[in-house]
Amino acid sequence: MNNDSPARDNSGRALSWTPSQRELERQASRKAIGRKKALIATLSSVIVIGSLIRLIVTSPGWQSVKDTFFDWSYGGEVLGAVAKGLVVNIRLTIIAAILIGIFAMILALLRTSRSAALTPFRLMATAYVDIFRGVPLLLVILLIGFGVPALRIEGLTNSVLILGTTAVVLTYSAYVAEVIRSGILSIHPSQRAAARSLGLSSSQTMRHVVLPQAIKRVVPPLLNDLVALLKDTGLVSILGVTDAVRAAQIASSRTFNYTPYVTAAILFLLITIPLTRYTDRVLAKSIKRQNAQGAA
Amino acid sequence: MNVLEVKNLRKSFEDHLVINDLSLTVPDHTATVLIGSSGSGKSTLLRCINLLDTIDDGSIYLDGKEISDPEINVDEVRKNLGMVFQSFNLFPHMSVLDNITLSPIRVHKVSKTQARDEAMTVLRRFDLADKADQFPDRLSGGQQQRVAIIRSIAVKPRLLLLDEVTSALDPVLVNEVLSIVRDLKSDGMAMVLATHEMGFATQVADEVCFLKDGNIVERGPASQVISAPQQAETKDFLRRVHEAGRL
Repeated sequence: MNNDSPARDNSGRALSWTPSQRELERQASRKAIGRKKALIATLSSVIVIGSLIRLIVTSPGWQSVKDTFFDWSYGGEVLGAVAKGLVVNIRLTIIAAILIGIFAMILALLRTSRSAALTPFRLMATAYVDIFRGVPLLLVILLIGFGVPALRIEGLTNSVLILGTTAVVLTYSAYVAEVIRSGILSIHPSQRAAARSLGLSSSQTMRHVVLPQAIKRVVPPLLNDLVALLKDTGLVSILGVTDAVRAAQIASSRTFNYTPYVTAAILFLLITIPLTRYTDRVLAKSIKRQNAQGAA
Repeated sequence: MNVLEVKNLRKSFEDHLVINDLSLTVPDHTATVLIGSSGSGKSTLLRCINLLDTIDDGSIYLDGKEISDPEINVDEVRKNLGMVFQSFNLFPHMSVLDNITLSPIRVHKVSKTQARDEAMTVLRRFDLADKADQFPDRLSGGQQQRVAIIRSIAVKPRLLLLDEVTSALDPVLVNEVLSIVRDLKSDGMAMVLATHEMGFATQVADEVCFLKDGNIVERGPASQVISAPQQAETKDFLRRVHEAGRL
């Protein structure tokens, strides 16, 4: 080791003092432990992942699976159509997310309000959340997608895209409303007491004191819901909307090769993985911030 | 003229009577100090006066007007009352300046520039002007509590309620908070404060009330209640405070 380099502490910062003999020994033994752990992690990964891969590629059906699911030349051929379908999913996600945000906020505010005049709306909001949280999204899509056109109401849309989006918005608003409501309830009552003692009305307290803090807290879980929303927009394909899932379905039914499904899956992952990583980062940051606040 | 009159107040939580037939009068420009052990009803009394807790019997008058009437507009009442909490309760998502100007702008409809100017004047007076744009989590406990006090007086209340404002503080930070209260007292602000700081109570109190089990056992000037208590319960309490090294 170069003796001219300054002594460093365990997180690599240069020390302003000369470390004792005992500290140097400790650092050396920490390094040895670290090397041992890295070796174990590598070995165990190679063994576990290696045997999994071996299990798959040596299975009797692997060759035919490879031909029907991982035919990359066919995958490349359908990429354009599937990607075009994915644009539909993305657009649907953006529009739905905006509508869900508005609708869910109204539901959450109604459910947390104590105003006597709003009682019927509060009951309706509660019933709404109970129902739409409890029914599978696929069922809601089918009921709206086939039920609403069957009513044959003049002027009401028959577009499967709009009906499918409506179903997604209805269901997700119930989920998101509950996330926002839990955020509102998580704000300590002392914040409300402080605001009320300053003369702020209950709605001013909500708007200026409770909501801004609540929303900051629920951003990470809401980002999770956004990822789920993007995936679930694939369900509207059941109504015949040509999204990525439907495009893949069309392509694979033409040739009885399932590679387009894998292609669609990969395209979804290309968006959802970065989004999930970003969510994790936001969450880690907000936990750090809250802990810092707790320490202050 | 009395700012505050509390008559035969009772307040219970479940079966426990926290305030029991308590009466209190606070003349204008005077400070009434509430002392007593934790659980004696000091905080509950303050919360009742501020209508944060609903009372179970008796009545409360602010400037001669009954505020314990259920028909009353609580937001109007609170425009005339300032309250400072043990745990500061600053709004963590707002800067110091926004914390202070929130109520003047939103409730009292003061213009933004005027509210900010007034806030800055007070911040400067208490050596906090450089903290105006900081967020509460960047301040020490003493600074946070001073900001909370400034926030509560920014609306120019008739009466200031202070609930053990130094109890959550590091001992070396206590004095900077108490000195601001002393300054407000000499400005003529009427106040009711609950505290465990007997020395401070002696300095600012026009009247000291010793509370036990939700009632005032002994009241009078600090020279009597704290320095020469008459009642056995007061003596016992002060002896224990003394033993804890807080006198």
